[in-house]
Amino acid sequence: MSSKVLLNSKEIEIILHRLACQLIENHNDFSNTVLIGLQPRGIYLANRLKDLLTNEYHIKDLKLGLLDITFYRDDFRRRDAPLDANSTEIDFLIEDKNVVLIDDVLFSGRSIRAGLSAINDFGRPNLVELLVLIDRRFSRHLPIQPNYKGRQVDAINQEKVKVCWKETHNKDVVYIEDNI
Amino acid sequence: MKQLSVDHLLGIKYLNKNDIDLIFETADHFKEVINRPIKKVPSLRDITIANLFFENSTRTKLSFELAEKRLSADVINFSASQSSVKKGETLIDTVNNILSMKVDIVVMRHPNVGAGVFLSKHVDAKIINAGDGTHEHPTQALLDSYSIRERLGSVKGKKIVIVGDVLHSRVALSNIFALQLQGAEVKVCGPTTLIPKYISSLGVGVETNLKKALEWCDVANVLRVQHERMDVKYFPSTREYTQLFGINQQILDSLDKKVIIMHPGPINRGVEITSDVADSSNSIILNQVENGVAVRMAVIYLLAQQIKR
Repeated sequence: MSSKVLLNSKEIEIILHRLACQLIENHNDFSNTVLIGLQPRGIYLANRLKDLLTNEYHIKDLKLGLLDITFYRDDFRRRDAPLDANSTEIDFLIEDKNVVLIDDVLFSGRSIRAGLSAINDFGRPNLVELLVLIDRRFSRHLPIQPNYKGRQVDAINQEKVKVCWKETHNKDVVYIEDNI
Repeated sequence: MKQLSVDHLLGIKYLNKNDIDLIFETADHFKEVINRPIKKVPSLRDITIANLFFENSTRTKLSFELAEKRLSADVINFSASQSSVKKGETLIDTVNNILSMKVDIVVMRHPNVGAGVFLSKHVDAKIINAGDGTHEHPTQALLDSYSIRERLGSVKGKKIVIVGDVLHSRVALSNIFALQLQGAEVKVCGPTTLIPKYISSLGVGVETNLKKALEWCDVANVLRVQHERMDVKYFPSTREYTQLFGINQQILDSLDKKVIIMHPGPINRGVEITSDVADSSNSIILNQVENGVAVRMAVIYLLAQQIKR
């Protein structure tokens, strides 16, 4: 198995700033917008963006929720390994809000489909957008596309994108691993 | 990735500590779900569950049905009083007829001990025991421990006394197994006629003085006197039972500490427990009912996870 670096920490830093600016362009002061990080891996990106928007771009009272989609997945009982649930922490209503769903890698689109179903249990959003760090564009199973993306990757199916964060792996880096 | 070590939930005695931890962790997630604006998840939408109640039930039946519906399963209900059991049909025939309608999970309450184990050997479905005679009532014991864990932080090292009709109680036996598995100390308290003779072989202490029992414990789980299972007189009168083993505010006030009061229901107010105690802040009786739905969702979800299409 070989792996190469797709994004180093400097590039990730630049991308995070760009994504934050793109969000500000569309959502101004975020008064009617909430960020929702998808458990388990989308929460690191969501937390980073929230910190950036709050500290560097001075957005006040930015709301961030964490959403677990385990009970909404379409592969329950179709996998060999059982699914482990994570916690959902959304202490606000989503009714009439603009929602930005945040995940690290967009692959088949099935997690996002589950996320869209899960979001509806917290109210009817006015608008839902999708932000991802890595968009693997040729591997979609569903008609789902991101509104904001860090980097587009034309990886083949045997290749795996691995996102590491300072919080979990001591450094920010994205690898592309070859499983052949 | 964790899963249960058992294929059915027939009794607490078949579970290990990891199973109980897994059920409680999963129940935590479902407790969050049932407190949302929309209290439902689509996980089990292709699963069909039959609730077979060969004995009366209000709380357990409603709780199971609600848990199943909150997981989006299809539910069919059956009660023996309105069925062909009265016409002489055997248990296996009844259940096989229901299973040929493609049922994945059977939740069963039955007056005979071991009915769940018997069924699990003869039919091809996941079996959840919702009470078999005077034997076990595993989901009740799980929700009792879950409620203690919620109120006191953990079950380990706590002292729990089970008060009342232990002889006829499936709740008592399942609770003893569950509490000991989690490292709690258990005593029983009641008239000697209602304490089973083998109880000491389970490592359970016996106390016949209610005040002493309450002074010893952190939690008192109060049981109902099951008149319907008594073929002979086990104590002279209900009034005498209440005087010796009924929990009232007076006896609780005479202790120099607070004791958590639990009751699996239905309550005979004024017999084993007075109204002021049942409705006091020390009572977690209604928390038990709420937690019952979350714990049953967890059990059903974890068993359903094992069903492969």
